[in-house]
Amino acid sequence: MKRHLISAADLSRDDALLILDTADELAKISERSIKKLPTLRGRTVVNLFFEDSTRTRISFEAAAKRLSADVINFSAKGSSVSKGESLKDTALTLEAMGADAVVIRHGASGAPHRLANWVRGSVVNAGDGTHEHPTQALLDAFTMRRRLGSLDGRKVTIVGDVLHSRVARSNVLLLATLGAEVTLVAPPTLLPVTVDSWPCEVSYDLDAVLPKSDVVMMLRVQRERMNAAFFPTEREYSRRYGLDRERVAKLHDDAVVMHPGPMNRGMEIAAEVADSPRSTIVEQVANGVTTRMAVLYLLLGGADLGGEIQ
Amino acid sequence: MVFSLADAVSHARGSAHAVLEGPDINRALIRISHEILERTKGAEDIVLLGIPTRGVHLAQRLAAYIRQFEGRSVPVGSLDVTMYRDDLRLRPARALGRTELPSDGIDGRIVVLVDDVLYSGRTVRSALDALNDLGRPQAVQLAALVDRGHRELPIRADYVGKNLPTSKSEIVKVYLEENDGRDAVLLLKEGDK
Repeated sequence: MKRHLISAADLSRDDALLILDTADELAKISERSIKKLPTLRGRTVVNLFFEDSTRTRISFEAAAKRLSADVINFSAKGSSVSKGESLKDTALTLEAMGADAVVIRHGASGAPHRLANWVRGSVVNAGDGTHEHPTQALLDAFTMRRRLGSLDGRKVTIVGDVLHSRVARSNVLLLATLGAEVTLVAPPTLLPVTVDSWPCEVSYDLDAVLPKSDVVMMLRVQRERMNAAFFPTEREYSRRYGLDRERVAKLHDDAVVMHPGPMNRGMEIAAEVADSPRSTIVEQVANGVTTRMAVLYLLLGGADLGGEIQ
Repeated sequence: MVFSLADAVSHARGSAHAVLEGPDINRALIRISHEILERTKGAEDIVLLGIPTRGVHLAQRLAAYIRQFEGRSVPVGSLDVTMYRDDLRLRPARALGRTELPSDGIDGRIVVLVDDVLYSGRTVRSALDALNDLGRPQAVQLAALVDRGHRELPIRADYVGKNLPTSKSEIVKVYLEENDGRDAVLLLKEGDK
């Protein structure tokens, strides 16, 4: 494993399988009455969140605590960032406090990559702008593997706002590494221009793709990142790209429905679909803690590789 | 620890010498299973927990012998101690082994830990810590196929297959049919590896 986890593309097939296998073992911890391991005792993990987040931050915090690491939560609101402190100065402060790992969420794509050059500890990308969210992709792959067995040759359909989605990019990269066949379905306006270079297929017709899908992953329409009209009306989007009961009926019996959350019920996914037994949405949250434990263990659990500050 | 049979053969020809060969290992395990039955008065409440990977195979063989002699099925599990080791920071993070407890758990049972080689005692210490998080056994005992000495902690085995005086520079390798295709315990001089 590398010292940082910044992009899903950094992971070789062996790395990814090691993380998923480790997570499989760690999943048993959450069934025990004592849900704690002493492995990262004395290590400090800083959660550095420049964007709002509930599940990712709590998930990382729970993961670090279950491994006995000390956790420091930092959110940009109410910190010296609001007084104009730069990312680099914040990073140097964390460095001085002796952070062994920094989990960063930032609105700017590439911020974790910059941060990795400034701190000695490991950097884990918890979502940067519209770029990547590798631990989400890992927990999604973990969830799929638990439901479907191996991912080799499985057909995964990712539907919705791909353009603004870091989850989609990380998932496409990781799933390709793991041997799954990914199809993106979105209105042309919500696909990035470089999508041709991604290791996946593209379709504009959800109904045609659904019958052969093993997994359907719905993405949230990220209105907070939209500064132009990408589709005429929400109703039209929902009609063409939303997952409702009629569309779910086209899936084969074992197919699962996923959503990284938070959901817009009634927009990209109907409430009855989100709450159906096919849906892994709640499982994904539980698996998030386990997968992040595996990542933190593999990055921090061994010998300090002694990174140089540039 | 992954070794091929070819490795083993070349070691056997060189300065490595076999301390226990195929049938010797099973004879030692048969004796240990009788000792367990004797010490625990019929092995009524015991749980055998092997430490991966070879300890698990040894635990399964012991359970098979106990069933053969007494007709009693003894629960067998595996206990991975990686997350509890004290030398994690000395090497890169390693893959985890499997922890599988019998469905009835270990509370109130006599847990017999099973490992292939007892050396510094640090693995056993980690196993005791791991057990602490899993339940409260009535007692914990230790069975080892080979005790090579050089303990660094106040730990001793209750059941020993073979006491093997070694120097710290020597390497003890255990091969088991289930894992390596043959049964043998080899003693290698440093530099053979």
